[in-house]
Amino acid sequence: MPTAKSQKTGSLVIKGGFVIDPAAKINAPMDILLRDGRVAEVAPPNKIRVSTDEKFDARGLIVAPGFIDLHVHLREPGQNYKETIASGTIAAATGGFASVCCMPNTAPVVDAAEWVSWLRQPERGAIVNVFPIAAATKGSKGESLTDFIGLQRAGAVAVTDDGKPILEDDMMRGALRLGAELNLPVVQHAEDTRVTENCSMHAGPTSFRLGLRGMTAAAEASIVDRDVNLAQQIRESRMHVAHLSTSDALKAVRRGKRAKARVTCEVTPHHFTLTDENVGEFNTNFKMNPPLRSAADLEAIIVALADGTVDAIATDHAPHATHEKDVEFEKASFGITGLETALALAITQLQLKHKIPLMRIVELFTSGPARVFDLNSRGTLARGSFADVTIFDPKKRWTFDAAKSRSLSRNTPFDGWQFTGRVVATIVGGTIVYRGD
Amino acid sequence: MNNPAHGSLLGIEHLETKEIDGLLKLARRMNPQKPRPLLRGKRIVLLFYEPSTRTRSSFEVAAKSLGAMTVLVHSSGSSIEKGESIIDTGYTLRAVGADCIVMRHPSAGAPHLLAKHLDIPIINAGDGMHEHPSQALLDALTILKHKKSFKGLQAAIIGDIFHSRVARSACHLLSRFGVKIALCGPSDLVPDVAATLAPGVRVTRHIEDALRGTDVVMLLRVQKERLAGLRIQLSDYIARYQMTPARLKLAKRDSIVMHPGPIVRGLELTAEVADGPQSVIVDEVRNGVPTRMAILARALGKAR
Repeated sequence: MPTAKSQKTGSLVIKGGFVIDPAAKINAPMDILLRDGRVAEVAPPNKIRVSTDEKFDARGLIVAPGFIDLHVHLREPGQNYKETIASGTIAAATGGFASVCCMPNTAPVVDAAEWVSWLRQPERGAIVNVFPIAAATKGSKGESLTDFIGLQRAGAVAVTDDGKPILEDDMMRGALRLGAELNLPVVQHAEDTRVTENCSMHAGPTSFRLGLRGMTAAAEASIVDRDVNLAQQIRESRMHVAHLSTSDALKAVRRGKRAKARVTCEVTPHHFTLTDENVGEFNTNFKMNPPLRSAADLEAIIVALADGTVDAIATDHAPHATHEKDVEFEKASFGITGLETALALAITQLQLKHKIPLMRIVELFTSGPARVFDLNSRGTLARGSFADVTIFDPKKRWTFDAAKSRSLSRNTPFDGWQFTGRVVATIVGGTIVYRGD
Repeated sequence: MNNPAHGSLLGIEHLETKEIDGLLKLARRMNPQKPRPLLRGKRIVLLFYEPSTRTRSSFEVAAKSLGAMTVLVHSSGSSIEKGESIIDTGYTLRAVGADCIVMRHPSAGAPHLLAKHLDIPIINAGDGMHEHPSQALLDALTILKHKKSFKGLQAAIIGDIFHSRVARSACHLLSRFGVKIALCGPSDLVPDVAATLAPGVRVTRHIEDALRGTDVVMLLRVQKERLAGLRIQLSDYIARYQMTPARLKLAKRDSIVMHPGPIVRGLELTAEVADGPQSVIVDEVRNGVPTRMAILARALGKAR
């Protein structure tokens, strides 16, 4: 398993915190002992009586398994003016993520084992765990499958053509078949690009008002529908829907799950917070793909987050330079940054506004995503797990200042937003990689 | 990054009703035949990223009638062809000494982008499928010259609403004054969602329904290339939606026929309708000059 830093053989005790570990069903005050990069002990307050190199006072704070983000764009190789693995993982640590899964739509596309290995080299300067997702087709052109075996051996945890769909039925069927043999999830960017050409936002009253061509909800749902059918047909195949955004796509996922197909899905913080109306007067920081959807879609997503249909919250952190965003709306790049605001949005929107329990929210950041890509011994604080821990203050009120973001890019719709809930520390392999106020 | 400079006109939607009223009153007082040097010494740049006959010439005549100097910058034959961004073109024109930029662009929201970066007023002369505010204002002026007021009026807008910035601006403006608007055409060109544009707007597929009792008939150009690939054939369109003298009889006897131009005789309307007694199509063009004089005078703070 890749880890960010050569592990220090040291020990750290986290005392006085309230532990939420959905995988281990812990929701109680506990102390935690980390030693040699692993969780050595989880015990009721003041029962751990060994001397340690370091002590973390977590009184008044939540102690959770290190958060996992299934969907980030770290922009290396080739686009280091937007983000680097170093800067992106600092942003991740700031947002409480101990592990991130990075997308292969870089320049060049990560479609060969050498690039997967390159992403994992210590020279990249990652301060959190980086799990590469490799391209499903060569150059993500949708014409021929990549070498899944070699990519997986090099460390890829899944395959995808993210940014684009795997559109052709035969290609998706082939990917799921090969993935089934290797127990490798296929991640789908569900968009029927045959009907979304020149579209820059969701099709609805706002797109009509602004005179912008809109992507219909059906353009997403039809692909998810097809893929759920394929996943049901192909035994043992694993299909994961990236950044699901519509009510109809959720229906397809529910259908697959009821049929016991290995279908999973993730939802982004912006899709559970914003709607297409927020685009306002052509604000490109609200332009992403999939686009912000209708209020009805948002409602459906909230329900699915609460009832267990959604497996993970993933940011789709997509940094872009100013010159790619401060242009005509139709010309602007799709995507927004998200690593540093994800937990705050989850607490502010899901817990405080929609009354989803914190236990469930933590699950969506930890054991949920760990299961989707089989990140074993992560997403939990069970004894013997990797010593990845996220410590946060669920009541802390703060204002997000995009200018102070640790990402290289500034393309966020949440500049100046007031939040409740803030990360206090992120621990990766027993080492504190981020420490806030 | 800032709010649009005072005097900018980016669209009708967010304009206050009293501002619309003020512009219309001012337009009535403007007379291109009697030039007034209100804007003497001002430099107005006409920045056009799309071809245009009437809007461009009308803004130019309006500016000159007010004593301003105009400079035309067209996307072809300028640095825009070399890949210069809108913002950089804007900074350049500002540095050259532009006091106001009139902009036409194929992309919705382009004037808003420019207005965010410049401290001089930006006038939207049509942005993609979004808005064409000066057209809506000159149409309003035309209506007011033929009807006493907007009170109780009904309008039918027929044709390719989806692609039309004229229709969007017209709906925002007429709706503000309580005019009931029927949008009419096949669903590919007039999607149901069009009814959400403004209060008092409805969608109908039947031209008879749209026309019955209406005071204002506004026709839009149907571009043949846009029908390509749609479910409706050109001949069907003509059969169902072409404005003919017989159909026009369904509207009020004193109704007026409008069209933002360019018209295609034999397609969205017959020559008899275009040249008929109810047609005010040429008036619209004529009213464009005083309307744009008013817009420019307001932009440069000489609206008195």
